[in-house]
Amino acid sequence: MNVKELYQKTDGWLDSFGREERSLIAVLQAIQEEYSYLPREVFPYLAKEMNLNEAQIYGVATFYENFSLEAKGKYVIKVCDGTACHVRKSVPILNKLRQELKLDDGRKTTDDQLFTVETVSCLGACGLAPALTVNGEVHAAMTPEKAVALLAELRREA
Amino acid sequence: MMKEYMLIDKIPVPIEGEKNILALVQKAGIDMPTFCYYSELSVYGACRMCMVEDDRGNMHAACSTPPKAGMSVVTNSARLRKYRKNILELLLANHCRDCTTCEKSESCRLKELARRFYIEDVRFPNGKTEPERDESSVCISIDHSKCILCGDCVRMCNEVQNVGAISFVGRGSKMEVGTAFKVPIANTQCVGCGQCSAVCPTGAIVVQKNVTRTWEAIYDPNTVVVAQIAPAVRAGVAKELGEENGVIAAGKIFAAMRRMGFNHVYDTTTGADLTVTEEAAEFLERLKDDGPFPMFTSCCPAWIRYAENKHPELMPNISTCRSPMQMFGSVIKEYFEHNEKTAGKRIFSVAVMPCTAKKYEAIRPEFKRPDGTDTIDAIITTQELIQMIHEAGIDFKNISPESSSMPFGGTSGAGVIFGVTGGVTEAVLRNVEPDKTYSALQQIAMSGVRGLEGVKETTYQVGDQELKIAVVSGLGNAEKLIRKVQSGEAFYHLIEVMACPRGCIAGAGQPFARSREKAERAKNLYTTDNMTQIKRSESNPAIDEIYAKYIGRKAHSLLHVHYKVKKK
Amino acid sequence: MTRINTRDELIALRKKCIAAEKREKRKILVCAGTGCVSGGSLNIYAALKEKMAKEGIACEVELAADPHEDVVGLKKSGCHGFCEMGPLVRIEPEGWLYTKVKVEDVDEIVASSIQEGKPVERLAYKQNGVIYEKQEDIPFYQKQTRKVLEDCGRIDADSILEYLGIGGYRAFEKALFDMEPADIVKEISDSNLRGRGGGGFAAGTKWSQVARQKTTPKYIVCNGDEGDPGAFMDRSVMEGDPHRMLEGMMIAGIACGANDGYIYVRAEYPMAVARLRTAIAQAEELGLLGENILGSGFSFRMHINRGAGAFVCGEGSALTASIEGKRGMPRVKPPRTVEHGLFDKPTVLNNVETFANVAPILLNGADWYKSIGPEKSPGTKAFALTGNIQNTGLIEVPMGTTLREVIFDIGGGIRGGKKFKAVQIGGPSGGCLTKEHLDLPLDFDSLKKAGAIIGSGGLVVMDEDTCMVEVARFFMHFTQNESCGKCVPCREGTKRMLEILERIVNGEGREGDIELLEELADTVTNTALCGLGKTAAGPVVSTIKYFRDEYEAHIREKRCPAGACQKLKRFTIDPEKCRGCSKCARNCPVNAISGEVRKPFVIDGSKCIKCGACKDNCAFGAVKEG
Repeated sequence: MNVKELYQKTDGWLDSFGREERSLIAVLQAIQEEYSYLPREVFPYLAKEMNLNEAQIYGVATFYENFSLEAKGKYVIKVCDGTACHVRKSVPILNKLRQELKLDDGRKTTDDQLFTVETVSCLGACGLAPALTVNGEVHAAMTPEKAVALLAELRREA
Repeated sequence: MMKEYMLIDKIPVPIEGEKNILALVQKAGIDMPTFCYYSELSVYGACRMCMVEDDRGNMHAACSTPPKAGMSVVTNSARLRKYRKNILELLLANHCRDCTTCEKSESCRLKELARRFYIEDVRFPNGKTEPERDESSVCISIDHSKCILCGDCVRMCNEVQNVGAISFVGRGSKMEVGTAFKVPIANTQCVGCGQCSAVCPTGAIVVQKNVTRTWEAIYDPNTVVVAQIAPAVRAGVAKELGEENGVIAAGKIFAAMRRMGFNHVYDTTTGADLTVTEEAAEFLERLKDDGPFPMFTSCCPAWIRYAENKHPELMPNISTCRSPMQMFGSVIKEYFEHNEKTAGKRIFSVAVMPCTAKKYEAIRPEFKRPDGTDTIDAIITTQELIQMIHEAGIDFKNISPESSSMPFGGTSGAGVIFGVTGGVTEAVLRNVEPDKTYSALQQIAMSGVRGLEGVKETTYQVGDQELKIAVVSGLGNAEKLIRKVQSGEAFYHLIEVMACPRGCIAGAGQPFARSREKAERAKNLYTTDNMTQIKRSESNPAIDEIYAKYIGRKAHSLLHVHYKVKKK
Repeated sequence: MTRINTRDELIALRKKCIAAEKREKRKILVCAGTGCVSGGSLNIYAALKEKMAKEGIACEVELAADPHEDVVGLKKSGCHGFCEMGPLVRIEPEGWLYTKVKVEDVDEIVASSIQEGKPVERLAYKQNGVIYEKQEDIPFYQKQTRKVLEDCGRIDADSILEYLGIGGYRAFEKALFDMEPADIVKEISDSNLRGRGGGGFAAGTKWSQVARQKTTPKYIVCNGDEGDPGAFMDRSVMEGDPHRMLEGMMIAGIACGANDGYIYVRAEYPMAVARLRTAIAQAEELGLLGENILGSGFSFRMHINRGAGAFVCGEGSALTASIEGKRGMPRVKPPRTVEHGLFDKPTVLNNVETFANVAPILLNGADWYKSIGPEKSPGTKAFALTGNIQNTGLIEVPMGTTLREVIFDIGGGIRGGKKFKAVQIGGPSGGCLTKEHLDLPLDFDSLKKAGAIIGSGGLVVMDEDTCMVEVARFFMHFTQNESCGKCVPCREGTKRMLEILERIVNGEGREGDIELLEELADTVTNTALCGLGKTAAGPVVSTIKYFRDEYEAHIREKRCPAGACQKLKRFTIDPEKCRGCSKCARNCPVNAISGEVRKPFVIDGSKCIKCGACKDNCAFGAVKEG
């Protein structure tokens, strides 16, 4: 972790969003988007710059599902487990992906840092159920087989 | 205007400015079950125990529903009973049930309510987690597995104290109270004020104990155990020891402690008199040298730590006087180490304090003596003292009062009122006011320094100088005042800061108390002051003796301290 | 775009846009909603553009101020709602709708529909052997009344000029220059517009309460945190017709005396955020947002906040806490949001669909609005129709339309010829409705009576193969996971309810579990702090009410009547069909299958872990599941 660079970038976001408490979530989102997670080093820095307590920032970061305190894989696969996807059998897709990548509910990222598999409560793409996203891009009408093929494709791409 | 009423259990109860139904219910003589409601904290509304039912069968949380004229609610019904039992059962299902070994056992709110609502069986699998202890702090001890997430500590730490060492972490059933990245509490901004433990309804946050260490010193024939007792302690022990709340118990405490085996028992009030003398001198010096102002008081160790953490720029403004405990501690070690009778024996200096932060102050490197030993060897909180008295089986109610040991036996009223917010200021004013008449004393008392409000601002005329004074208790209040000062909005010569709201009488080392009991403790100290013949610190003959006989030229180095300022 | 400074300039610009819109003789609208984009609609758009350039067809991507005659408009539109059939391409003025379009179809579309003026029949929607060339004739659309979604799918969401071209910002203009704030509030109150976010609270009442407050500043907050799984109508409005929602918020600003609007958009809706940002930037550029709008003295600024993944932030006080940069935990009320809302100031909080209803009400009047649907729940409601239904998608019907019309006429009935079992309405906060409710009118009050809620409008249709206990478990899992953790009944109660439901679907249910669930449901419903908790037990209560026998079968007989619960499945080998190849035994991970080669094999039920490997591997269809 290049801390100096992290602080520099964070300064940029603080300048554009503001240093008040209300900007906290937007700043964390910017950091998360850049680094795919929230590096620990940024917490004391934000606390100082925004005049907040570290515990409070940590409390916010751990409240929202989208923030991660650990680095994620190159491809973040989110399997939708919303109602529409669930009744159209999204669970077997999730299970297949986890089985292929040797992941589980607690272990979400592969050792080679290539894949992270998570669930999301609804992508709002219910018409395309069951759906999943890879780095935000929606893949519609999935099946366990299609999911395996998708993994192979992503591996080739990587 | 016509009085407005609300019907509580069919009884009309007048609405007199109460903010919520719960206050009205309490007024109606009902002890409402609640975990998260404290009149001193913001309304959180999370435990849902204080529900009441209106005549249409709707449920309202009494803590967060304003009273409405003509509204009728019941506090006990078949449904309410079921809900309360369910909530308690749900809490117990996740909770440690080893009550016999839990130190909060006697004062645990969860246990109390579980018994009160007669929970016979918990129908859910035991979800209790393994004890997850954080013993890193010398002030408090945390066991997450006993937490019921009422949030009292979080609101205390953040809203009242503005310390922000802890927060809610995570969400839902995985939520916890914790520090950033779960680092040990000692590695955070925690100032050790312990107010979190004072509001914790269960054994999740408790005071760190030095009881065993103290007993061991007492049992050791080669150790001389010397104790000092802080002013607020005498006002805090009574209720737990079977006395009427408000009984002045100093004499009985001395007697009980001697029975327990303490060799010498002194009154920290003497230390307070030293502090007044030194602090007043420093203040007059600053008035002469034109600053730096404001001068902040230095008695409260939690305040010192708060300033170090959040306002290192203010450290030069803080008085260099050691706290009364440390001043007196220096004198005690100095005296006994040079005393023939105790030569060759280990001197074990114990301070009985209403305070948890003192436990940290005692181990600070600044208070190491030249030989590397600590000035104070153990801090016993009021709660621990009570525990020791119980352990020794002493019938406190019937013990005859005794006086403190000699020398240093003399005390003043000025020293006693140190235990309540405004007391230090009043004591200093008694010293700097050249008019030593009774009416001058009255004038000082009426000047606005007294009262349990969190922030008091006043002026006092000394000669041709008008002194601008502020007295704050509660670190959140201190922070607000600091902002006013730093923004140039306000100017003060002297600011007294006590970390605990209302001062040391409400310290976290004291037994649990509600607002009314805290007010009684304050009254208690002022009564003691009234009954003391010596009103001013400098009139205490023990003080002159100490300077002349025991510390002499070492006075400055023994009574003052320079904290090492950390870089922010 | 140049800034417009007066009302007259706005009127002139709008006229120009309307004229330009009319001059576009033919239009190709490529759906660019999230659904169709994921199906590749943007590639189709690019291919269309390229093809037309190659063919020398004058093609207009953006509405030009001075278009030449005979131009063909090519637009990226918002969601058409018929997501199941995407990617969709619509040709105007005929209204032809092409479904499941691929890049390969582009040449034919251009040649036939643009150059020759004929529909491409092969791409038209077919149902029961009937070919529907025109979108309006398709049964899915025929029974709908699209008011809020009227222009979704008809205009380019990235162009404010297009919005002006269909008469946009007329209501705002009227509110700004021709009406007093009190008149606006009165019109909204008279219309009986009820909040579309769940509770159905009268919007006019909220507005008037905020308008009355003396404290300033005041805020207008739009709840776009559409978190109910199975609901996406707000997303479609934000993506497809963002200005319509902005216009509603700006009108609320005039009515209540607020100068700042905050839009809280769910984290999972990146496209909605992008479109809203574009829309706000364009409105600012034109001078419709910002300081002293059109010289009227009224200023309004718009802010976007993105959610960070917390369903509970759909609750008002949690949402405002989140905008303030805090943990999104609901707080006790009072004080209410209208008095102490965002930043502790008076706040109007409505959802996307509610704000999207404002402009037409102001233009057409409260009486017009009340003429649609029942008097006490007037207007239309958008529903997201999903699950085991033929036509998934986004629909809009007048309030009071029956469930039967929605599911069978618009939705085309159940997929794969299965039987209808139930519909879950209102997401995790709602309840299920069954066959007996098919003729129930969908409006706030009728649903409340039936023990369900409209919620945000998700309708998840379930067929006979769906296990209702499992559905209850699914929703409880969701709510439990999304509970903020603040109040005891929700945090601990939902956890224990989930625990009980899990053991029931796993075949470990005990006698008394149903009663314990009911007891906890009662406690949680009546004591939880916020709406999320108070409604958390809805799915459990309603499934127990209508499908108690399914619960009992799970508990007493360890049997799932729908055959859906994995752990309760029984695998057997049909001796008639088994050829004794031993493949099943070799694939069984726990050695539960035994037998002699060329003789029928047997499964030992006590060892079987119900993984289904035997069934997957049997070449003769001899393994039976049930």
